[in-house]
Amino acid sequence: MPKAALSKGFIYVILILGSILMLLPFIWMLSTSLKSSGEVMMMPPVWIPSDIKWENYATAWEMAPFARYTVNSIVVTILSTLGELITTILAAYAFSRISFYGRDVVFAVLLGTMMVPGEVLLIPNFVTLSNLGWIDRYEALIIPWTASIFSIFLLRQFFLGIPKELSYAAKVDGCNNFRFLWTIMVPLAKPALITIALLKAIGSWNAFLWPLIVTQSKEMRTLPVGLTSFSTEAGTVYELLMAASTMIILPMIVLYLILQKYIIEGVARSGIKG
Amino acid sequence: MNEKPTLTSTVKALLYLLPALIILGVFNIYPIIKSFLMSLYTDYDYFNDVVNEYGFDNFVYIFQDPEFWLSMKNTIIFVIGVVPISIAISLAIAILLNAKIKFKGLFRTIYFIPFVTSVVAISIVWRWIFHTDYGLLNYFLGLFGVSPIEWLTDPTWAMPSLIILSIWKGLGYNIVIFLAGLQNINKQYYLAAQIDGASSWRRFLHITVPLLSSTTFFISIVSIINSFKVFDEVFALFDGKPGPAYSAQTVVYYIFENFYNNWEFGIASAAAYVLFIVIFIFTLIQLYIGKRKVTY
Repeated sequence: MPKAALSKGFIYVILILGSILMLLPFIWMLSTSLKSSGEVMMMPPVWIPSDIKWENYATAWEMAPFARYTVNSIVVTILSTLGELITTILAAYAFSRISFYGRDVVFAVLLGTMMVPGEVLLIPNFVTLSNLGWIDRYEALIIPWTASIFSIFLLRQFFLGIPKELSYAAKVDGCNNFRFLWTIMVPLAKPALITIALLKAIGSWNAFLWPLIVTQSKEMRTLPVGLTSFSTEAGTVYELLMAASTMIILPMIVLYLILQKYIIEGVARSGIKG
Repeated sequence: MNEKPTLTSTVKALLYLLPALIILGVFNIYPIIKSFLMSLYTDYDYFNDVVNEYGFDNFVYIFQDPEFWLSMKNTIIFVIGVVPISIAISLAIAILLNAKIKFKGLFRTIYFIPFVTSVVAISIVWRWIFHTDYGLLNYFLGLFGVSPIEWLTDPTWAMPSLIILSIWKGLGYNIVIFLAGLQNINKQYYLAAQIDGASSWRRFLHITVPLLSSTTFFISIVSIINSFKVFDEVFALFDGKPGPAYSAQTVVYYIFENFYNNWEFGIASAAAYVLFIVIFIFTLIQLYIGKRKVTY
């Protein structure tokens, strides 16, 4: 079938060209990050640096307190993800397994607030945090992000799919609700929880506007905020800027490549459930 | 779940809900109300937290502020520039990826990578790609005889640059959702149409498009909402400025500027609410169109 073969060839050509366009900025970033300043400005562009300058990474790392930014980003990402998992598991359990007064109203109100864009919350949250004295502290970067209505909704749907007979059986065996939740429901909901955790971790690592607003001192900046101030300070030293960008992007790309199955599934699922 | 609620079960539920409700109450629900009230503050002493007067002055100010209208105009241009093109390209790629081909997983992985990376870091990379003299883009265009374009410094090109970056960044997400939608279409429809002698173009038009309409609908709503809120890309691409001559100042940038640089909380809150209302109206219009056009 020459016609089918031809069209298949066409599909591959388009997909490969598209992939190149997707990857080009990353390749360019990596290549530039290893160039000498002379080669950065060369036209036509140099793809493989003649002299690979690994020291660009060390220079960039030392020019700004990137070590500190990295620690901040890691702390914020881990703690806000853990916090969200805990609040989400508890709340989703209540919404899916306990019958209580006002359940539907509370749930509806929560879903309704999902429509309000985060930008509306920005200013009052800033005021609340400054009243609490949390500005420029980890609390401000973490605590507002330790609960998410969307995650509660997602996990509730998953919990609803777990047969109720299971909890009756456990009850007969003398297992209380709380233990049942952590030893049976949570392990069963692992795919949903991994999805929630990964999407949260990615979002948290990449967050920009909020950390920009609630951090004032250099010591409290997260990586994206540190990078923008570095870019202003470093000016047009592009090889250093690209080295810094690579350092920020790389951890998430590695995480994604390892766990892509869950991430892609999670995104696809969140789309269908919409 | 069929059991009747009791006082005991309500107390128990409350204990489970408490952590989430405290956080959501303080940082989600309270600020929604507070922000609305703040938008009505006309005479406010921030340091002592005393409101002397309420009114609609902030809204009046915004609607008379040419900078706000410019921001709104830019945002709408951005939405119109990003959403349809992004949907068309990602649908096309999803359909190709859905064909019987090898390395499907690899392609999907590659297209999705931009989505997981930091907007700020990648915007800085694009800033270099868009560089007038040493940028990759002008180099490639130069190969076709196009003279260098001042992507980031010429006000007419700033918005197209922002749109290109945003489409590139968001393709992977849309492709994955479209793929999930395509996989839900029953293959029998295609077989039946093939037997009836329908060409692949007709099969696309009469099977794929209508049966994918709920997915397309979802993507368009999410994309429009997200595009209305663009900020990080602007900030990083133009080095903390809203583009040359405010050509890439968006509504969220306007909110940020009034809040963060001018300390005009009332104006910023009012602008945030106006943005919310605009998004809300757009979503309602889409829901209305969706009701008539979407096939389930």
